Amino acid sequence: MAGPSLVILAVFLILPFFLAFGLSFTNQRLISPNPTEYVGLRNFESLLGVGTLTLEPLRGENGDLILGDDGAPTYPRLRGYTRNNPDYPHLNGMREWISWSWGENRIYLLASDVVFMRALVNTFLFVLIVAPLQGALALGLALLVNQKLKGINAFRAIFFMPVVVSMVVVALLWRFIYDGQNGLLNTLLAFLTFGGFKPVDWLGNTSTAFGAMIAMSIWQAVGFHMVIWLSGLQTIPEHLYEAARIEGASRLQTFVHVTWPGLRNTAVLVLIVITMQAFALFTQVDVMTNGGPIDSTQSLVYQAVQRGYGQQDIAGGSAISVLLFLIVLSISLIQRYLTRERT
Amino acid sequence: MSSRTPETRATSLFMRYAILVLVALIFVFPLVFMLVSSLKPSLQLLSDTSSIRAFLPVGNISLDNYTASFARAPVALFIFNSIFITSVTVVLNLVICSMAGFSFAFLDWKGKDVMLSVVIATLIVPLETIAIPLLLVVNNLPWVGLHGIEWGWLNSYRVQIVPFLSDALTVFLFVQYFRDLPRDLIEAARIDGASWFQIYAKVIMPISGPVIATAAILRFLAMYNQYLWPLMVTQSEQYRPVMVGLQYFFQLNTDWGQVMAYLSMITVPVLAFYLALQRAFITSIASTGIKG
Repeated sequence: MAGPSLVILAVFLILPFFLAFGLSFTNQRLISPNPTEYVGLRNFESLLGVGTLTLEPLRGENGDLILGDDGAPTYPRLRGYTRNNPDYPHLNGMREWISWSWGENRIYLLASDVVFMRALVNTFLFVLIVAPLQGALALGLALLVNQKLKGINAFRAIFFMPVVVSMVVVALLWRFIYDGQNGLLNTLLAFLTFGGFKPVDWLGNTSTAFGAMIAMSIWQAVGFHMVIWLSGLQTIPEHLYEAARIEGASRLQTFVHVTWPGLRNTAVLVLIVITMQAFALFTQVDVMTNGGPIDSTQSLVYQAVQRGYGQQDIAGGSAISVLLFLIVLSISLIQRYLTRERT
Repeated sequence: MSSRTPETRATSLFMRYAILVLVALIFVFPLVFMLVSSLKPSLQLLSDTSSIRAFLPVGNISLDNYTASFARAPVALFIFNSIFITSVTVVLNLVICSMAGFSFAFLDWKGKDVMLSVVIATLIVPLETIAIPLLLVVNNLPWVGLHGIEWGWLNSYRVQIVPFLSDALTVFLFVQYFRDLPRDLIEAARIDGASWFQIYAKVIMPISGPVIATAAILRFLAMYNQYLWPLMVTQSEQYRPVMVGLQYFFQLNTDWGQVMAYLSMITVPVLAFYLALQRAFITSIASTGIKG
């Protein structure tokens, strides 16, 4: 009787999972007249290739620095090193990812695929910010709605409401809230500062777009984890609170010594679930920014879809999928290890 | 604490409610804005955002945006597609996964434990990580249709339904629930000469209401709100669900009033459903949590 279920899981989940590994070593496309070829690690190399280059400033014949129009030292053109330079074969085809000054010299961190690197770093940033922040806010909300007050169920229902709304809808509504001209957020901030706040195009700015996306993502999903915390809170026996009250424990002491120890397993679960959901970041990017401005909101899944679907480069998309899976797997193993029961 | 006067208690109570109301506002304001805006002409909608009017149904209020959005895009088709895909998937998924759960919980077969661990292991493979190779798989699958054998599943209902007819979480929820049922029920039915399938259909499923409700709600939300997969597999509008159909409102000039009307139409039914069955929704999310 388990047959149908196992067959479907095998064909639509396990098969593609192993295919992803296999395809990532080929040049497979969705539809292609050419036969598929084994290309070894080429897909991974073109994603993960990085190199550094230190350039000395240009000097005139007398050894003085040649300064640019802005008075800063000038450097040889990067292209001279990354385009078919026989002395720097390992840098061939790379582009500037990040660069900074070190004394007079300029140090370049180069990458074969700068956009992928942005996506990789962004996805990690997203997880590192969202997981603790959303977990903590969800716990705060759970404590709020765990009070014995009249009508508390209504508040619980409201806090949970965004969870049932599609991320597509939520992302579109927030696009409106973040808008630079008609945005509700700007209106609110201007009102709170008596007009002192200058309007910001939250999603159109490289410095604010990703933060705005993070805030919205937390708004949408925090109710989900509030409910998980809440079910954890309700497993803590009432007599422990009773005992704390009799001993005259303060609210903070009660939380530290009664509530938090009782939530240990829930905490592990919440952390793992948020992390896994956060790594899947896609819809927000697709609906709100398409990865922009200047790739400041790229994500791994968005990149995988752009390649695998947009450019029909199944192999490239699969390689990103494999990397994503390996990351998710290692993170959840690390989390499990760090949060294991100490015996 | 017992030394508190009635006054401080009243203030504390007021503060608690004040915090709750403030937080509640943060969670409802985008939805209120959506509903209110869907009733306004686009120009007014945009100018109203500079004041509290953004949240009030004032000015030129009508249902024009709703009728206009039906004229702009095949909205009825998208809604039908979503309802059809979601309901068929949820119902078949529950049948298939509960049968699997029954088999894992009650039947003895070779390799059962290994299989169950494999199923549970797939829990950590998010759809997003396999979507690209899955695209290749469905593009090469056969289907027996009216015109004989066809290849490739893109642009169809089946490509949005069949891959989701089984999932590890639902199987797991059923296994968990079935294992806690009293064994005597099964033994008694076996002695009466009932087949395993009869036991599944007549004995076990009728007393599995809670887990069926939980699984149905979780599947419903996941399917109705799906975006990435239908986006990739439906190039033609004929099979598009509501979330992908949204794109129609962003071609050429975007009319925000119509967008808000469309968003309201695809969101309000789900919200109403949620508010009616609020307790069941929250319990079902919580029940995915208890296990760990």
